[in-house]
Amino acid sequence: MSRISGAIHEMQTIEESASRDQWVNRLHPLVKFLVTLFYLVCVVSCGRYDLPRVLGLALYPFVLFELTDLPLGQALCRLRLVLPLVCIVGIFNPLLDRRPGAELLGFTLTLGLLSMLTLMAKGILTVLASYLLVATTPVEGLCAAMRMVHIPRMIVVEFLLIWRYLSLFMNEVQKTTEAYRLRAPGQKGIAMKYWGSLMGSMLLRSIDRAGEVYEAMCLRGFTGDFPSGRFPGAGRRDLVYLAGFGAGILFLRLFPVLVLIGSIVAR
Amino acid sequence: MHMADALVVPAVAGTMYLASSAAAGVSVHKVKLENDPKKIPVMGVMGAFVFAAQMINFTIPGTGSSGHLCGGLLLTAILGPWAGFLAMIGVLLTQCLFFADGGLLALGCNIWNMAFYGCFVGGLLVWKPIMQTGASKQKILLASVLGSILTLQLGAFSVVLETSLSGITELPFGAFVMAMQPIHLAIGLVEGLITAAVLCFLYDARPELLWGLDRSRAAEGRLTAGKTLGILAALTALTAGVLSLFASGLPDGLEWAMEKTAGTSDLVSAGGAYDAAEKIQNSLSFLPDYAFRGSESPAGTTVSGLVGALIVGGLCLVTALVLKSRKKS
Repeated sequence: MSRISGAIHEMQTIEESASRDQWVNRLHPLVKFLVTLFYLVCVVSCGRYDLPRVLGLALYPFVLFELTDLPLGQALCRLRLVLPLVCIVGIFNPLLDRRPGAELLGFTLTLGLLSMLTLMAKGILTVLASYLLVATTPVEGLCAAMRMVHIPRMIVVEFLLIWRYLSLFMNEVQKTTEAYRLRAPGQKGIAMKYWGSLMGSMLLRSIDRAGEVYEAMCLRGFTGDFPSGRFPGAGRRDLVYLAGFGAGILFLRLFPVLVLIGSIVAR
Repeated sequence: MHMADALVVPAVAGTMYLASSAAAGVSVHKVKLENDPKKIPVMGVMGAFVFAAQMINFTIPGTGSSGHLCGGLLLTAILGPWAGFLAMIGVLLTQCLFFADGGLLALGCNIWNMAFYGCFVGGLLVWKPIMQTGASKQKILLASVLGSILTLQLGAFSVVLETSLSGITELPFGAFVMAMQPIHLAIGLVEGLITAAVLCFLYDARPELLWGLDRSRAAEGRLTAGKTLGILAALTALTAGVLSLFASGLPDGLEWAMEKTAGTSDLVSAGGAYDAAEKIQNSLSFLPDYAFRGSESPAGTTVSGLVGALIVGGLCLVTALVLKSRKKS
């Protein structure tokens, strides 16, 4: 599967997941947004050598994956984009910090190794948490949540438009590159002399399309905002979710659950 | 260059959110002042276009690798810096939420590193001043390449700064900078060339779409090939002859890594082949260690820089002439 068709497939899968009729999908988007943000802050605020605490925080995404039946493998695939930079940053830690940090099954783990593993674990957990948010919340819900936290309307409307038109442009780009590839088999990318004309003509079509989009929006009564009335105030179920998961995440952040379990088992 | 959440601590993420929000607030205000209701759909559609266009790989001649266009500069050249910045925020938000390219908490950092530098530094400090005296294809090329290199260098430096301030890596600041900046110099050059190709096409087809162009002075602003070469030669002379005097005496990335792992940055080698190679090198190198033989004078560094630049320039010229003659035959 090419990079573009992979991205189109990813978009379709996320939209399908977000539109499922499940209890998590029916929760108020702002509540899910706040819980995710709180979880991210809790994960990244853990100390650089605090691997047990970070691993304890893995309980939140794994419980939600279990409850929502979302494919964990697909979420882990998303790591391919952010993990390289995380690896570059963390890979030198074991080489540069060789002080002993902890004992595990008779082996000494250096502080450098601990900090590298902590960094990797943080990278994985934050990506999983963000995936859970977008895979259970339709894009209109995300926009409504953004408006509720006072992100300017202009940015929210523009974000929604980008999402709506993205699949259209992706399909167009895919068709264009596919046509080029068929005429120039064996080439890795677009040859230098066609850089300007290929992209430029697509750009001109996009600008003209933007004008048509605007006229169509005006005809449908666009006044600079999209209605987000599907999400009234938060209900009792939303508040229970906020309080329950919020308290659970806070508990996991304050107490290293894995260390506690380990000490109980050791006794 | 998208930063993940794991690379920042809440204090750094929060500070960068504040800085990016301030820039976004000013941009929203400026776009509102323009009072152009058509702008928001155009921003959205252009944002989607840039996102999709960045999926296309362009072959870099002679390397076997590929690159993509510089979104921030392209959006600024069409929409202006304020609307371009907002469109870039939309692109980064989409990348972060739906494609996990960059984290939600690190979004403030990513907006600053890519959108802020791309639109404001690239747009207001590079694109606009160059285009103010009239536009031409050479000027578009110059502005695109300079803008892309500068914004990517600043972005890469900010990544290093934000990661180091977060205290999550043992990598020393200098070594991290040395690992990030050179690679982004090459990426910036390629992205600049691709962006220039697209903008030159637009300049030919519909120049009225480009931002910051003074069309009344288009003819007088035309940059000839001679002028372009003159500017490049002057910049080279300045860098090689003057800026080389301020070069850091600290070890480079490779030397630093060798010193850390082997305890020394000098490899000791012995044997007939090594001795013979050393003799040949000593007899050939007329400016050993970038200085006059047996002298500590700083003029040696300046001369080394200028001579090196002349030799490289000459080699490039000869290669270009050989390739051209082969093409003709």
